[in-house]
Amino acid sequence: MKKVLSVVVVLLIMFGASVYADSVRESLTKESTIEKILRRGYIKVGMSTFVPWAMQDKNGNLIGFEIDVAKRLAQDMGVKVEFIPTKWSGIIPALLTGKYDVIIGGMGITPERNKKVNFTIPYDYSGMSIVAHKEKAKGFSKLEDFNKSDVVIAVRIGTTAESAVKKYLPNAKLKLFDDESQAIQELLTGRVHAVVASAPMPAFQAIEHSDKLFVPFKETFTKEPIAFAIRKGDVDTLNYFNSWITIVESEGWLKERKDYWFNSKDWEQLLK
Amino acid sequence: MYRKIKNYKIYFIDFLLIGFIIISSFLLLRNLSENLGYNWQFYRIWEYLIKKTENGYEFGILIKGLFITLEVSAISLILSFIFGLFSALFSISNSFMLKLISAFYVETIRNTPLLIQIFFNYFVISPIFNISPFVTAILTLSLFEGAYASEIIRGGINSIHSGQYEAARSLGLTEYQMYRFIVLPQALKNVAPPLASQGISLIKDSSLVSTISVYELTLYGQAIVSETFLSFEVWFTIALIYLIINVILSAGIKIFSKKVTRSAK
Repeated sequence: MKKVLSVVVVLLIMFGASVYADSVRESLTKESTIEKILRRGYIKVGMSTFVPWAMQDKNGNLIGFEIDVAKRLAQDMGVKVEFIPTKWSGIIPALLTGKYDVIIGGMGITPERNKKVNFTIPYDYSGMSIVAHKEKAKGFSKLEDFNKSDVVIAVRIGTTAESAVKKYLPNAKLKLFDDESQAIQELLTGRVHAVVASAPMPAFQAIEHSDKLFVPFKETFTKEPIAFAIRKGDVDTLNYFNSWITIVESEGWLKERKDYWFNSKDWEQLLK
Repeated sequence: MYRKIKNYKIYFIDFLLIGFIIISSFLLLRNLSENLGYNWQFYRIWEYLIKKTENGYEFGILIKGLFITLEVSAISLILSFIFGLFSALFSISNSFMLKLISAFYVETIRNTPLLIQIFFNYFVISPIFNISPFVTAILTLSLFEGAYASEIIRGGINSIHSGQYEAARSLGLTEYQMYRFIVLPQALKNVAPPLASQGISLIKDSSLVSTISVYELTLYGQAIVSETFLSFEVWFTIALIYLIINVILSAGIKIFSKKVTRSAK
């Protein structure tokens, strides 16, 4: 009798535990960001302007590689998309406080960022390159030339450019600006030797201001995986985005978009 | 910030208010910790305030940034007083041109945002004269606060009774002597409190010069945030530092102005 009883009790406990686990799983699924997006009918995307990832055309509409990615993602989910432009320095805190569902903004995966957010698999790779001032940085042709204490480099605050300079050019002085355009402005006035930013922006700037600026060396000096960032502890959303990236990667769609935005200048007429 | 409260009674409504404040702050904090799912890590802030090195303790970068903030503010405070005083004297002078210059200065500065002025001076004006960011920051801040100081001082001078002027003139004092010995000492005593609160505004406004890469408290804070993403902790700490500095300042001003008014009586 006692044996039967104990078996019954154990069974009951197991059943209860499994029911409890089911209900936890169910509530997790219900609470996932994906569910919220579908119920809401539109996806909120945090981004920041980076040429040519995201920029405004002459009519004030957002265009760019990142914008295409987000639009296609929304289309495949069957929802609308709302872009929420955010200052780069505050883009992660705003995600954590729920201002938007996901960051699609050319964000490179770093261990430090990963402590605060979850990253999907990479949908893009980028690297750092340099654009320098013709007179101030005369004769500079390799990375080591910039690694001196009298060299000043302007970067956008909170970007991987900032950490790349600290890592590869520890002796150079850093000037931090909130915006890439300000860093470039600083370079044009000749108050800094160079600007470090994700390719292809530095090369574009060198073409645009060929009288003052030049590219000291062609190749990028870092390689960074670029991914979506979402809040932690949301496995459903992570899986959905990962699968979606795998699909558009296999299609060749990502590569085709990347070529359009990074290797051609066909989109320039949209801006002017 | 610092007020002496005299002759008060506690009414029933005070109890209600106290209860409301306690309950709402409790709810707010609970929401912050639960809904944000934010992982508070205040213990990581200490190294930015005070660092332990081989040769004892030294200040962390936040405190170093605070020193720069105080330096910028102190120099700007003196300069803004000078700008304000001259602009105020110009505006009450009889010369048309001086009046116009003063009016133009005060109106353009007071009716445009400080951030835009900082950008304008840094990216447009300073390359022409090759002025460093640090000096640009100080000049912009002093010009900005000086416009407000100008209005405050002008109000102070206007508040001096016309009898004082007549008395000075009947004593045969020159225009300069009249302002130097009769009008300005009385006027400046009256405007000390509003000027002091302008000084506190200046310290807060100085955080905007971080946008032109002047490494002061706010920019160091941004730099820490961009490296560690301790955004909430760092900004709370920085807000607290500004608060402490300004509370100390306003308390000091209170004590100082009490002394001044007593000596004047």
